[in-house]
Formats: sequence, structure tokens, C-alpha cells
Amino acid sequence: MALEMKNVTKEFKVRSGTRTRKLVAVNDVSFVLEPGKTVALVGESGSGKSTIAKMLLRLENPTRGKISVDGIEAGGYGSSLKKYRHLVQMVFQDPFASLNPFHTIGHHIERPLRIHRKATTSREAADQVEELLARVNLEPAADMARRRPHELSGGQRQRVAIARALAPGAKYLIADEPVSMLDVSIRLSVLNLLARLQREENLGVLYITHDLATARHFSDEIMVMYKGSIVERGPSDEVILNPQHDYTKLLLDAAPVPSNHGVLRQAVKDEMAQEKRS
Amino acid sequence: MSSTEPIQAPLSTPDHEDYLREQTPVLSAKHMSIEYEVNPPVHAVRDVSLVLNRGEILGLAGESGCGKTTLAYGINRLLNPPARLKSGEVTLHDSDGEDIDVTALAGDALRAYRWDKVSMVFQGAMNALNPVISVKAQLFDVFSTHRPGMSRREMKKASQELLEQVGVDPTRLNSFAHELSGGMRQRVMIAMALALRPQVMIMDEPTTALDVVVQRGILREIMRLREQLNFAVVFITHDLPMLLEISDRIAIMRDGQILEINTSQNIFENPQHEYTKKLLRSFPSLLGERGGFVRSGDDDHASTPASSQTAAKVEGGTHGS
Repeated sequence: MALEMKNVTKEFKVRSGTRTRKLVAVNDVSFVLEPGKTVALVGESGSGKSTIAKMLLRLENPTRGKISVDGIEAGGYGSSLKKYRHLVQMVFQDPFASLNPFHTIGHHIERPLRIHRKATTSREAADQVEELLARVNLEPAADMARRRPHELSGGQRQRVAIARALAPGAKYLIADEPVSMLDVSIRLSVLNLLARLQREENLGVLYITHDLATARHFSDEIMVMYKGSIVERGPSDEVILNPQHDYTKLLLDAAPVPSNHGVLRQAVKDEMAQEKRS
Repeated sequence: MSSTEPIQAPLSTPDHEDYLREQTPVLSAKHMSIEYEVNPPVHAVRDVSLVLNRGEILGLAGESGCGKTTLAYGINRLLNPPARLKSGEVTLHDSDGEDIDVTALAGDALRAYRWDKVSMVFQGAMNALNPVISVKAQLFDVFSTHRPGMSRREMKKASQELLEQVGVDPTRLNSFAHELSGGMRQRVMIAMALALRPQVMIMDEPTTALDVVVQRGILREIMRLREQLNFAVVFITHDLPMLLEISDRIAIMRDGQILEINTSQNIFENPQHEYTKKLLRSFPSLLGERGGFVRSGDDDHASTPASSQTAAKVEGGTHGS
């Protein structure tokens, strides 16, 4: 019982003029996401994090390798794809772009309920919408369901996105930078909400981010990605406090450390003094 | 909104005063109030006074909507209706000893002031370049407006130097914005802000949306240029850990007011205002103990004492596996 990626490789064809060359976006990646566990995927932009997310959601097909959920291989179309999508859902990065401004919040959550046949009558759908909204702390739910996205704050919108992902009864959530567009003061509450839902439903969460600090505190395991390959993985504390790979060390060095005031200034001054001497 | 809340002077500690006495101010804003004249009116900035010293990095931190950007626009006279400066004055203490009353500037004088004395790196600098003209044309634009006497050859030389200074290959001068990576676009924006050697640079979230490695490179570049050219920076962001690391002083803003202003060391070690403490707490520490902040599933993490959170974590952990 797990979401599994086995030796997955994704290649893109890049054209320049008349020539084409292969770009290996994801190179032989394998991992297992178990229910109740959070796995963080960190790496710089362009390292292939989002390509993995897209493949897990079947928005892209892997060039080689297998993706399976609970032992069933993910199909590319038809009923097997539908079954797969019951179980695996996505929370997108930008809550300002991922909700349709034309539709009400209720509509956004009702659609997946209908498509995945969780609700067949309007009555049922409305009840379930309210229940889902209440679960992500958007209350009063009936009032929220009537609103449109522009009436909500960023944090509230992201909660709607989470409710929408849970609507089909998903067991695995792919969260692609779910809080990077949000204000710092509400980031934690959204992450905590995800953690609570995870505990209640035994969800498996793939948390894609480049913020190492939240990755450490919100996940059981961290995988570090660099140029399409996973270069380091392990329990989160282990990876952060005892990094092995050079790239992990580079990432850690680049993360701001608040107690270091003046250190960077001194480093820059020293560097310049040295340049002057040589 | 607590706009009825009485306005208080920002909190600070006595050694902040001592610090200020050793510095020379380059820009001072007094009792600035900015209002968005909509119905009902929004008081975006309320009675803010701020002094910026020569060669210093002043961090301006606060959540979105607290008035950081509006304040920056007010200082640079960039407010557009419905925003309006209701009261207050901004003075630039020019390097040649003259004081310029910024709020009274108009027409050509204002044009000469902007970018030449105070320049700005705009929010979302990634997308602030014009996509249909080359980087070269945009840099030349700055020179032809403010330095009309320059020949094209001089402009080209100056532009190449600028790009080199910010760490972009000068041969990229003829590139268009879409041909550059996010980090490079950001560097070009900084080069453009540096073009006229301003005394003050206002940077509005210059590194958000960039990944940490690129961000670090750009911060280093800014620090380096600051040492070389001795300009002052107003650094606007909501990333408090980063501010603590790079800036000399930090002002914490909420609801259009500055709640606390102090040296970064004092803000970190001895915060005075409750809100500052809350902000400091809302950043999980990368290398520190797990105690202060954990995945509790609790919404009001800030009010729970660390010990009970740890208990919640243990409980959550056993359930999870």
C-alpha cells in the first residue's frame, strides 16, 4: 500500500534550429510514499521537482519506468487513469491562479465530488462541500461556499485548494510549494492544517519545496534533487544536520541563518580585501 | 483592521539611539501618512517617521498589506491615485551637503531626482523588464533620459560595466528578457537601478520567487556593491531570517505603522514588541532544536508553549507510522 515510483526517467526533446537534443529532466528516480508519511522533495528550480509532480499526476508520461499506486500500475487513460486519480491529487503552488475567478468556492469543490461520483444529488453534494470546507477550517461553511475566490485571502484560497484535492477521497497528496506564495504569518497555519488532515486520514504527502527549514520540520524524510537525480535522501534531521552530498551542503549554506548578522558583510569585506592584495 | 488603534512611537532600546548618533543620515521621512482614497478610505501608512543612514541596509519587514510597498512608493514619489500622501515630509540629504525637500519637487526637478538620487528595484523584478526591447535599449533609456550628453559609445561602455558589476556576462547586452534566467533578470534590474550611482536604492522583494542558491548569490552581490559604492538600501521583504542576516537595522511594520525599529542584533536577541516576537517565532529554525516549532497539527502554534507542542508531535509521530 503505497505510491511508488520505480526507475523513472523523463526525457524531453529540445529543438534548437534543425537539431534536436535530449534533455534528461528526471534521471532514474525511485521512491516510495507511504500513507501517513510526509516526504519532502527539495532542490533548486530546474532540478526536476515539478516534472516528478507532473508524472505522479499523470500529466506527463515517463519515458521509462513505472508508477504504481497501492500495487496497481497507473494507466495512461480510461478507467485505470480515473482510478488512479481517485487516489492521487494535487495542491498547486499559486492559490491566486489555481482557482477559477468565475466560479464559486462551492463549485470548485463540487466538481471533483461529481466527477469522482462521491455525490450524485445536489443535496449530497452540498452537504459534502460544507463538510469539506469545515474540515479545512473555512467557517461558516455555507457562507464560504457561496463566495468567489477574490473574496478570500491567499491562505483561505490555499485551504480551498486543499479541500478540493481531498474531495475525491485522495490518499496521496502532491503539494507543489503549497505555501511559498503565502505570507509568512499564515504559512505555518496552512502547513499545520495539512499535518492535521494527514493525521486524521492517514494521507501520504509529497511536499515539494525549496525551503529547507519547513522541509525539516514538516516531513519524515527528505530527498534532495539535483539535475534530475536524487543525490541524497534520509530521515529529515539526518539530512539537514549531517549532510553528505556537496549539493545538500551548498543548499544549507545558502539558507539564511538569522543569528548570523554581519557574517556575510564580513565575508564580503574579507573577499574584497583579498582581491585588492592579489 | 485596527485603524482606530492609537498611534505609538516605534519601540526600541537605548543602544539604538547610540548607534544612530554615529551615523550620517541620507534620507529622512517625517510623519508620513498615506491614504488610498477609496470608499471607505484605507490608511495604508500612518504617521511613519524613518531615518536612513548613509551606506546602511535598512530592512522593512511585515506581512503583505501592511503598507511596506506603499511607504516605499511614497518615499520615491511614485504614488498613483487613489493613493495620496496626506501629510509628512521626505528630505534627502544630498552628498554635496544640500537638503532636497522631496515632497515639494515637481516637473523636471522631480524627474531629475528619481533614479538619480533614489532608485528602485521593483517587486516582481522578474517580470519588470520590457519583453519587446533588448536589455541594451532599456539601459540606454536610463542614460539618454538622465545623462543627455552621453554618446552611444559611452552608454555602451557604461552598460557593459554595469552588467559586469552585477555578475552578468556583458555579451548578454543585446539579449531580450525571455533569453535570461530569473536570476539574471533580477541582476539586470539591479544593474539598471545602479546605473546613475544613486545614494539610496529601494529594493522591494528583490529575491522572492528565486531559489535559495540564486538568492544567496544576489544578496552577496548587493552586499559587495554596497561596500564599493556606499549607497543605502531599503530592503523590503517578509523573509525575516534573511533580513536579520543581511541588514544593519530592521523596522517591523504592521497596519501602516512601524511597531519596532532597532539594530538587527537587538531585534533578534531582544525584541520588544509582541508582534516582533510572534514573527520571529513563525520561522522554523533550520539547524536549531526541534522544541520551539513542530508539526503539531495545531492552528495557533504561537500560543502553545513549546513543551506541549513536543508532546503533540510525539503523539502525531506514533500515529503516523
